[in-house]
Amino acid sequence: MENKEIYERLNNVFRDVFDDESITVNENTTSDDIEDWDSLEHINLVVAVEQEFGMKFNMNEVTTMKNVGEMVDIIKSRI
Amino acid sequence: MKELEYPFNVEYLIKNKKKIKRELLNKENLLEKKIAILGGSTTSEIKNMLEIFLLNYGIKPTFYESEYNKFYEDAVFDNKELDEFNPDIIYIHTTNRNIINYPTIYDSDEDISKLLDNEYLKFEKIWESLFKKYNATIIQNNFEYPAYRLFGNRDASDIHGKINYITRLNQMFYDYQNKTNNFFINDINYVSACYGLDKWESGFYWHMYKYAMEVPAIPYLSFNIAKIIKSIYGKNKKAIVLDLDNTLWGGIVGDDGVENLSIGPEVPSGQVYYEFQNYLKEQKSLGIILNVNSKNDYENAIAGLNHPGGALKPDDFIIIKANWNPKNMNMKDISEELNLGADSFVFIDDNPAERKIVESYIDGIAVPEIDVPENYIRIIDRNGYFEVTNLSKEDLKKSEMYKDNAKRSQMMATFDDYDDYLKSLNMKAEITNFKPIYLERISQLTNKSNQFNLTTKRYSLADIEKVSKDDNYIKLYGKLEDIFGDNGVITVVIGNIKNKNELHIDLWIMSCRVLKRNMEFAMMDMLVKKAKEKNIKEIYGYYYPTMKNKMVSDFYDLQGFEEISCDEKGNKIYKLDISKEYINKNNVIEVSE
Repeated sequence: MENKEIYERLNNVFRDVFDDESITVNENTTSDDIEDWDSLEHINLVVAVEQEFGMKFNMNEVTTMKNVGEMVDIIKSRI
Repeated sequence: MKELEYPFNVEYLIKNKKKIKRELLNKENLLEKKIAILGGSTTSEIKNMLEIFLLNYGIKPTFYESEYNKFYEDAVFDNKELDEFNPDIIYIHTTNRNIINYPTIYDSDEDISKLLDNEYLKFEKIWESLFKKYNATIIQNNFEYPAYRLFGNRDASDIHGKINYITRLNQMFYDYQNKTNNFFINDINYVSACYGLDKWESGFYWHMYKYAMEVPAIPYLSFNIAKIIKSIYGKNKKAIVLDLDNTLWGGIVGDDGVENLSIGPEVPSGQVYYEFQNYLKEQKSLGIILNVNSKNDYENAIAGLNHPGGALKPDDFIIIKANWNPKNMNMKDISEELNLGADSFVFIDDNPAERKIVESYIDGIAVPEIDVPENYIRIIDRNGYFEVTNLSKEDLKKSEMYKDNAKRSQMMATFDDYDDYLKSLNMKAEITNFKPIYLERISQLTNKSNQFNLTTKRYSLADIEKVSKDDNYIKLYGKLEDIFGDNGVITVVIGNIKNKNELHIDLWIMSCRVLKRNMEFAMMDMLVKKAKEKNIKEIYGYYYPTMKNKMVSDFYDLQGFEEISCDEKGNKIYKLDISKEYINKNNVIEVSE
């Protein structure tokens, strides 16, 4: 899967989860950039991303992911 | 909203819950309730999901959430924040992660009993302390099975096994429920089994976020809680309307002939339909009213229902519409004949096109997406349309009562004068102050009545208990009996005494089963009598219009009240001066106190 497609699909997941059509994520996006992205919403985001791409993050990854770019790297390595 | 009915798409719900909530908040006439969640693990997503399921049932919740794992402290110690919140419902979300001590292999029988008592008493203390402080209903999880079995299969039977221990603890919770009003068990043991225990709790979400279950399992948990809550507030369905061909039996009775239908033990598909009929018969025994809406000649429909292999017979149904009218028209007729609102019905039909027609024309009806016959029971059952929280004697007799009503209609046709007809019914009523044995039924009525309901004020059992003990209220119930049968408690009036000699009517409701029988006049006569005994001079009546209570818009006019105000929403206030002479209005019902 191309990076572009992953970002497009990921962007839709973000927009749904945070119910905000104005969100556009890039590799440097972090939780500081999105108002509702707190630790509780992070869980829902992770679940939604896992379901979108049919893969699972492991515990270590969920805790150490620093930005969307790292999330995409993990997705790419799984699918 | 279809997305919130079983079988639902968890992925969609988790991703779109904010959008769903936004849409559901547009619904009108939402019932507002305050729900406190006391958790033994993280509850944030449980709350979010519960919110959308409740909104879908027409209940708008506001929440109090305990700090992480502070369920015990919040319940037992002084808690100003919770006091101010003053919850209607308290949900205690504990799981086997909150069991502190399990037996060890060194423990004796006696040690383990003591251990169990200690564990149980901690919970009993929580419940008792909450009941003492709040006028609320408690919903308590039981315990799900643990993730592993140290003894293997022996874990279930050996007193040292965790499975055995949890089973005993659960039984103690059930014993408490069986002797306590306003206390309900949320059966996560069953929900987790349906979901699959291995998937329910893999450890990941516990170690990461202190969720005692997988996040994708949460919609199933929240749905289960929402079903209990909507049942408490009288939002259960009351009747099932069934198609016949390929719904109650395999085959088409008009084409294939009765002898060729699949129903009964001979063939596999016949067995499936038999089990489904049997399930419906069990629902009927709990007071759910069965009806037929089928495109068939009437004779063929009856012949099919008389098939010896079937569990249901024509007599099990109240209304059988077997004709060639569009099903939405039949549905409307059934709703009118039974005097039940469209949102009281579940429509079961194997044909998606018929489901679509009924669903799009009949607002509020539930139309489950049944697919293959072997799934019918599960899809209907999991949706919890008939979730039983309190089961009254009236519920068990309901089918009989509707049958009696059909007989009354036949008799009415033989009279020219309506008063003569009413007199011929030989009606006897009991109208008097609330009695403990009827409190459950009274609370149920306040939550179920929508049409003959002047203020649409809802009372939980706890609320009714409070009113019944308060001398500042006149609170009457009415029972009505006639030559065809006993209708049980069918009407309730609650009046609040203010300024010494004013009575303000907070609630006046009556079941539509007894419309046009002059029971409301008999109630009025008794209310005036009781009011005079308390030196009341003026009675104030209130009418608040809703989508459903139009039939009583001129109720107080008919009772001889004078309208004193009406605001732009149509909310009206009426007054009746009873210091002068009052002439009784009822002369067809014999009333006793």
